[in-house]
Amino acid sequence: MKAEKIAVLTGAHFIDGDHAACEGAIAAGCKFVAGYPITPSTEVVERIALRFPLVGGVFIQMEDEIASSIAIQGAVWAGKKAMTVTSGPGFSLMMEHIGYAAITETPCVFINVQRSGPSTGLPTLPAQADMMQARWGSHGDYEIIAIVPNSPQECFDLTIRAFNLAEEYRVPVLVMMDECVGHMTEKVVIPEADQIDIVERKFTKKPPGEYKMFETNESMVPEMIKVGDGYRMHLTGLTHDERGYPAMSPKVQQKMLRRLVDKILLNEEKIRHIEADGVDDADIVVISYGITSRVVLPAINNAREDGLKVGHIRLLTVWPFPESYIRDLAKRVSAFVVPELNLGQIVHEVERCAAGHAVTRLVPHAGGAVHEPEDIYDAIKGVLEHA
Amino acid sequence: MHEQQTAIAEAPEVRNPVESLLRMDRMPHIWCPGCGIGTTVNCFARALEQSKVDLDKTAIVSGIGCTGRVAGYLNLDSFHTTHGRAIPFATGLKLANPDLKIVVYSGDGDLFAIGGNHFIHAARRNVDMTVICVNNLIYGMTGGQVAPTTPVTAKGTTYPYGSYDPPFNLPFLADSSGAVYVARWTVYHVRHVTKAIKEAILHRGFSFVEIISPCPTLYSRRNRLGDGLDQMKFYKENSEIRNGANTKDVDIDFQKTIIVGKFVERERKTYRQLMNEHLSNVFGEQYTKYEG
Repeated sequence: MKAEKIAVLTGAHFIDGDHAACEGAIAAGCKFVAGYPITPSTEVVERIALRFPLVGGVFIQMEDEIASSIAIQGAVWAGKKAMTVTSGPGFSLMMEHIGYAAITETPCVFINVQRSGPSTGLPTLPAQADMMQARWGSHGDYEIIAIVPNSPQECFDLTIRAFNLAEEYRVPVLVMMDECVGHMTEKVVIPEADQIDIVERKFTKKPPGEYKMFETNESMVPEMIKVGDGYRMHLTGLTHDERGYPAMSPKVQQKMLRRLVDKILLNEEKIRHIEADGVDDADIVVISYGITSRVVLPAINNAREDGLKVGHIRLLTVWPFPESYIRDLAKRVSAFVVPELNLGQIVHEVERCAAGHAVTRLVPHAGGAVHEPEDIYDAIKGVLEHA
Repeated sequence: MHEQQTAIAEAPEVRNPVESLLRMDRMPHIWCPGCGIGTTVNCFARALEQSKVDLDKTAIVSGIGCTGRVAGYLNLDSFHTTHGRAIPFATGLKLANPDLKIVVYSGDGDLFAIGGNHFIHAARRNVDMTVICVNNLIYGMTGGQVAPTTPVTAKGTTYPYGSYDPPFNLPFLADSSGAVYVARWTVYHVRHVTKAIKEAILHRGFSFVEIISPCPTLYSRRNRLGDGLDQMKFYKENSEIRNGANTKDVDIDFQKTIIVGKFVERERKTYRQLMNEHLSNVFGEQYTKYEG
């Protein structure tokens, strides 16, 4: 399936990451956006509000982020592709509904343009401090997919990927931008509609009566239906059986939860999206994501000029974490250096996967700006000395 | 003897007249003996039948709580959402498919404490949906805590010496927020409830029906008001029908007269009508309507 022509603004543009993410969503077939203003994400929905009347979409500014994050799920069950957009405090308010989307297997997209926290924090300045919240923020066990662009071009490309993955796995997909990427203006090339691959929702062909809401085959992803087609469906946030009916038993819980988790974790290699540079003969590997993956480049180059064998892994998809990849790598390299705009989040995953085979060193930053490349350079230079 | 047995076996089975609207495979339901929610469901099912709406295009959305379980027992497209958020979920559903008839069916705590903000905004926008609130004046599912509807001096577990927390007057709140249809009845008034739900469903825009209902297990017992039947007698003897009453005057005080009736019936353009008219004016033929 290719993108709808009316939805694709083909051409070369000079726009920021927020605007590019908006165009990515529209190109992906998003027809419903509910949002609430919050810096530094507001430009995404402002552009949606400008563009939607011309492409057959509906935007509604809801009364808060809680309402936005559930209104989109109503729209999905009416048959549409839908998204909401927010930043730190609003992301916190949306947590319960990420859990609702996870347990009801409602495909939808959340964009979080990260700013510094906690609480109101630094509303106009960057951070990457919601990375663990993206993974663990709602209560209970579940899995999501989280994608991290590092440029306006990627905000366009990866937002399309987010919608496609949401449909493929029936899971909420989180686009974890940051203020720098959101407000950075660069060239964004939007291809022709027929060059953009779109994953359509897999609606069942079974008639009412034969169809069960959560019956699955080997794919572990049930087929969908939509309201108004005569299925008389029931959807609940309670633990439910294959019919979708509440079932209060540890046995049903085990079966349901195992599948919700396995459908993502067992497909991690398929979902995996990383870029590796100079890793094959590296002693030290820098692991980065988002805006930080651009800040590390001069530090890596300087260290290489000093004769160090430094590789670079860029995570474009952070969740599910590329666990087996990092585990294998840890056996071949001496050290990982992990710069993040937080005081240590993804570094814990790296350290867990390194499992003592390689030294893991965080380069922390409290947020509000990006790292000084010198700090990352110093960490690369020092990581083996202090090991 | 043999003939008699045959006669018994062939006696017509007594079926629930609204059975086709219920998910019989989910029975028995969880509600207590004497609870009024089942009565409201019966009224709702009859109202749906009488209103002749397309049942395959009718969706019911509930929040959390005793009344929140209604969605799960109705043989319609049905959603049991999160606590307080039935209305914004229903807003998304309705805007994404305007052909659907949407009913939000939930309790007083769900709709007016945690969900209060969504109620006033959906009424303000005049999103085309019917909100049915079963108001039992208490939190039932969690064990009898006070709600924003609990009358002052009534006891709940969180106000064990009697509540001094001033309650909402729900019809007044709905009226002043912009609802186009507002009625209140008790579960004693089954015919009025059925008629009100039917009218609300057929009235375009944001309509609201409040149904006062007994919670014998947690409200009546703690406040020494007897059982469900005693509460029905109380409703019978203490309800005053006042159609067209000023909603300012319909507060509920502890065990005092309950003013019931149809209070508001008016026309306003719905959110979707306003959106389509306005954007058509701005864009003319360029406006690409969102197709359900």
